Amino acid sequence: MAEIRPEAFGGQLWRLVVLLVAAVLLGAVLPVGATAAGDPTGALTGGAVDIGAAQPGQPTLAEVAAQVGKNKVAINLTWVLLTGFLVFFMQAGFALVETGFTRAKNAAHTMTMNLMVFLVGALGFWLVGFPLMFGNFGAIGTLGGQSILSKGLSVGGWNLLGNSGWFLSGMAYDVTVVALFLFQMVFMDTAATIPTGGMAERVKFSGVVASTFFISMFLYPVFGNWVWGGGWLAQLGAKLGLGHGAVDFAGSSVVHMIGGAAALAGAAVLGPRLGKYKPDGTPNALPGHDLPMAVLGTIILFFGWFGFNPGSTLAATDLRMAVVAVNTMLAGAAGGFASMVYHWLRYGKPDPSMVCNGTLAGLVAITAPSAFVNPTASVIIGLIAGVLVVESVFFIDRRLRIDDPVGAVSVHFVNGAWGIIAVGLFADGTYGEGLNGVKGAVTGLLYGGGFGQLYAQLIDVGVAALWGLGMAYAFYKAYHAAFGLRSKAENELAGLDLPEMGVFGYPEFPLTTDGHIAAARRRALNPEYHSGLRPASAPSGQHVET
Amino acid sequence: MKKLELIVRPNVAQEVIDALEKLGVGGMTVMQVDGCGKQKGQTGLYRGTEFSLHLLPKVKIEVFLPDAAVQSVIEQITSVARTGEVGDGKIFVLPAENAVRIRTGEEGEEAL
Repeated sequence: MAEIRPEAFGGQLWRLVVLLVAAVLLGAVLPVGATAAGDPTGALTGGAVDIGAAQPGQPTLAEVAAQVGKNKVAINLTWVLLTGFLVFFMQAGFALVETGFTRAKNAAHTMTMNLMVFLVGALGFWLVGFPLMFGNFGAIGTLGGQSILSKGLSVGGWNLLGNSGWFLSGMAYDVTVVALFLFQMVFMDTAATIPTGGMAERVKFSGVVASTFFISMFLYPVFGNWVWGGGWLAQLGAKLGLGHGAVDFAGSSVVHMIGGAAALAGAAVLGPRLGKYKPDGTPNALPGHDLPMAVLGTIILFFGWFGFNPGSTLAATDLRMAVVAVNTMLAGAAGGFASMVYHWLRYGKPDPSMVCNGTLAGLVAITAPSAFVNPTASVIIGLIAGVLVVESVFFIDRRLRIDDPVGAVSVHFVNGAWGIIAVGLFADGTYGEGLNGVKGAVTGLLYGGGFGQLYAQLIDVGVAALWGLGMAYAFYKAYHAAFGLRSKAENELAGLDLPEMGVFGYPEFPLTTDGHIAAARRRALNPEYHSGLRPASAPSGQHVET
Repeated sequence: MKKLELIVRPNVAQEVIDALEKLGVGGMTVMQVDGCGKQKGQTGLYRGTEFSLHLLPKVKIEVFLPDAAVQSVIEQITSVARTGEVGDGKIFVLPAENAVRIRTGEEGEEAL
């Protein structure tokens, strides 16, 4: 390679940059006053000439009305797409949280599972999942269009499954249907990626490929149809008078309980990681290898949730989205705050992983009620979620002795159920007029709505738990018997990266026997070690060094 | 001739090395090590479960000294590396039989 003398190269480059900047500045400044064709304030841009009309600039009332309708749908469609993109980005959050909470020896395996779930899920949902879930959804009101998704399977007036929109072809090759597909696919992806956390560090990669097809094509869409596709749980209100039927605005049950149920079933079938439990059954701590990564992932998930919940209006012209966004923000904050304080009081430290879990628990819990409750109720829902998630983690870890490395079951399944129940308690009767074909707004027990809505919510929770746990357990059990779901013990001990993926996540660094990056790296990256400075205050109390 | 093994906190290692050089020590070998003493490390807490950090990072410095220099080096290093809290480390003094400078073949204290 030719040697470049940096000072000489830098000198020439510097002169070039100065000349270029001077030329650009001269070019930009000189024409002012000479020509004034631009519209720097934007005041002149956009007007009657931009409305499609037979006589340009002089549209008729009908032409104006057509343009207004078009604009409304365009705004809504843009909102659906943009919030869908935000929800897609939550996949990055899941990948970082799950990989950060697990050990370095499995980093490539855990991280790649999270990408793979999206790849497999997109295909599975396109092939089978979407038509089953939304095949009899009817017209997508906020996006205009026609009633394309209008075929399904019903028994005695109860809708059980959809049956149109196959392969997004034929009638379903339609802008409103494909926009709905994009938005719903990334929600399915969220459910499908939750179990990878519960099964991490011991599951075979191939088992997760298979189970993601199962989740995206069957487990998720069938239950989703019952709540969001006009199915029988949504009909509980119109047919049996139970409030508005099962109400799950953005998916506390459809997404989070189903994903959490699969995580619980998968973790139970797999059994705990080697070394997780002592011979007497008490748990060992297996600290995650990169908590900064997990915290970043949590913040990315929170960001994505501003698509998840507000986007579920499917309409930017539904201004309720502002309330949804603020409820989401407050419940997430309250959840993280509550878990931080609760763990701090109980154990003397605000455990970073519990702060993350609590934040996510608040977000999961507000997902169903976010459109139907007020900000004060959102804070209460979040605070309860933050305490609930800590207790649930301990219960699952110590009593059930099911090894869930990232707390997926406590965050998604337990708090998903809490969120659904919260709708039946806190819905304040300001939103949801006519939802699921029932007159009036959604009103919970505490706002004078009686028990009807709460019963519908409890049925939703029960069905989600039975369907999710039952079907997922049967699938994992059968798959395990047929093909083996768990990696060999020797692979698990060495780390799944090399045996399962063929390459290390961190090839440059030696790993310790328990799967963490060896201390040499920790010290090499510790500036205090190089600076030769003493610590500002000498350690004392619990902070005892030898 | 004596061998000194100094085990010190990583954050005072540079000061110890500087002090050794000021005292005219001819050379040294420095290692990053993990180890424990009487207190057997620290206790961590992850998701409500305690775990022990049995071995803590330390720096080990090996020097060979003429017998006459040993006492002053020990005094100097002790004052530099001491915080008064547990975990300050230890100095081990061992007898050393011989030393050979490979370049010239000099032996004994001449070779230090």
